[in-house]
Amino acid sequence: MSRSLKKLLGLLLTLLSISLVVFIIMNVIPGDPAITILGIESTPEARAVLRDKLGLNDPAWQRYVNWLLGAFHGDFGVSYSFGVPVSELVAERLPLTLTLALVATVLTIVGALALGAIAAMNHGNWIDRLLSMTSQIGVAVPVFWLAMILVIVFAVQLRWVPPGGFPGWSHPVAGAKALILPACSLALVQTAILARVTRAAILEVARLDYVRTARSMGLNRRQIMLYHILPNAMVPIVTVAGLQFASLITGTIVIENVFYLPGLGRLMIQSIGNRDLITVQALVVLFAVMVVLTNFVVDVFYAWIDPRMKEGRT
Amino acid sequence: MSSIRFNICIGGALVAVMSVAALLSVVWTPYDHTVLNVANKFAGPSGSYWLGTDQLGRDQFTLLMIGARTSISMAILAVGLGAIAGTCLGVAAAAIGGLVEDAIMRLADFTIAFPAILVAIMLAAAYGPSLSTTIIAIASISLPTFTRVSRAAARQVWTQEYTVAARAGGRSLSAITWNHVLPNIQAVLLVQATIDIATAILAEAALSYLGLGVQPPDQSWGRMLADAQTLIYLAPSLAILPGLCMVASVMGFALLGDGLRDLNDPKLRNETR
Repeated sequence: MSRSLKKLLGLLLTLLSISLVVFIIMNVIPGDPAITILGIESTPEARAVLRDKLGLNDPAWQRYVNWLLGAFHGDFGVSYSFGVPVSELVAERLPLTLTLALVATVLTIVGALALGAIAAMNHGNWIDRLLSMTSQIGVAVPVFWLAMILVIVFAVQLRWVPPGGFPGWSHPVAGAKALILPACSLALVQTAILARVTRAAILEVARLDYVRTARSMGLNRRQIMLYHILPNAMVPIVTVAGLQFASLITGTIVIENVFYLPGLGRLMIQSIGNRDLITVQALVVLFAVMVVLTNFVVDVFYAWIDPRMKEGRT
Repeated sequence: MSSIRFNICIGGALVAVMSVAALLSVVWTPYDHTVLNVANKFAGPSGSYWLGTDQLGRDQFTLLMIGARTSISMAILAVGLGAIAGTCLGVAAAAIGGLVEDAIMRLADFTIAFPAILVAIMLAAAYGPSLSTTIIAIASISLPTFTRVSRAAARQVWTQEYTVAARAGGRSLSAITWNHVLPNIQAVLLVQATIDIATAILAEAALSYLGLGVQPPDQSWGRMLADAQTLIYLAPSLAILPGLCMVASVMGFALLGDGLRDLNDPKLRNETR
């Protein structure tokens, strides 16, 4: 019990540190946020008005506390460039970003399990070597470049899917079609990583005694793989997949900009162009919190699925 | 050929080709990349333009050479910065121990949890995108890794008899760190740096593509791809070469790093003999 409490406290402390660090880097060190938002060419009068409007005349600690208390209520302030509350902008765009990350995670897990199992079952022969070489290259491929190549092949040449944009949730078929390429490009690189983990985990379990026993009892290779090896090889696979979900969340920032998808990542890059400090600050915290929470869930899951992990962690 | 030697040979070759192109671009490129020649735009590969020209009539080969220079130099700078800061923290943690060590490791954990792209976005929004914000953001990937790696390696050295003897002889913590710890962990650090450079090249490319990295008139592979994307119907071939160069250099550094790491590991080295 005290261990879980300690973990929870650690999580809270991490979340608080994130908000503090982001606030200091974006709000305190640059000096005057009014200059950042309006630019150096702005008049002192305009800056004074904005400073007054945003409450920038208060001391930094008070601004931080106000911002934090507001954030707890879902109030991240009003976007400077859009003129609407940041929470509204987030609520509109979060579903797309999360859907994208989730679909990509599912694709990654399915693809990696299949490829990893195939590689492990062909351990040492040319199929194994071909797959491991492919995954070696896959890890080195920049996601946004892969996305562009997929666009050239499947959208520009074959015209199977649109090259970008999102028609909205009211058009389910067209919407799903628009998400195929983004999700695949996000998933492919991560599949390369996870397939290697899967292959290693399966090979590790495959040489254990009970697998040999199962084989001697006359079970066929498929049965052994599905019922005896895979379930026991899941711990490292699920752990890495969980951590990959975190990198897929940040991966959406780049991918949404390749495909012009109206998600949080695109909003973030647009807001930088608009010098919309308030929105960027809220989004950076939001993304960091999602990443930290994912890691936390993976950590808890890890201890739950394999109680040995609770003791003696490195 | 053993897989270790294979990794080092292929990785080394790729790194060598990219580095030579990068270094050569400082003194010589086929054309001047700042001179536009719109009459020759979208030219195919030919004797005068080996890889063709882009939408502004600039020679692709020249741009790729300059891209190699940008990518590799920024990766080395960023990793170097992260490595120096991270190693300082790591060896200090190992030498001092106690609360200081705990605090430093907590800081490393925290930095690892904070994705580099968010650091870059934060800095770009608050200070404007520039070379230095990109380098700091990429360095933030390497810093915590080096803190962890150097601390783990340094602790190993601190348990050795020669460091115990040096302490008994009255030498200070910093003197032992400088004379005994650092020379003994430099191989590990070098391997880590090689692997991190691969990551850094990918990060720089993504940031430059998003417009948060290298700013015009500087060129990089990421920026070439950002330009190429707007012309994806008109000239799709422009999108291919910069990406291939990235894959080649990232794979080069990753293979070289893996190979060097295995070479450093006596267990693996003996297995292959």
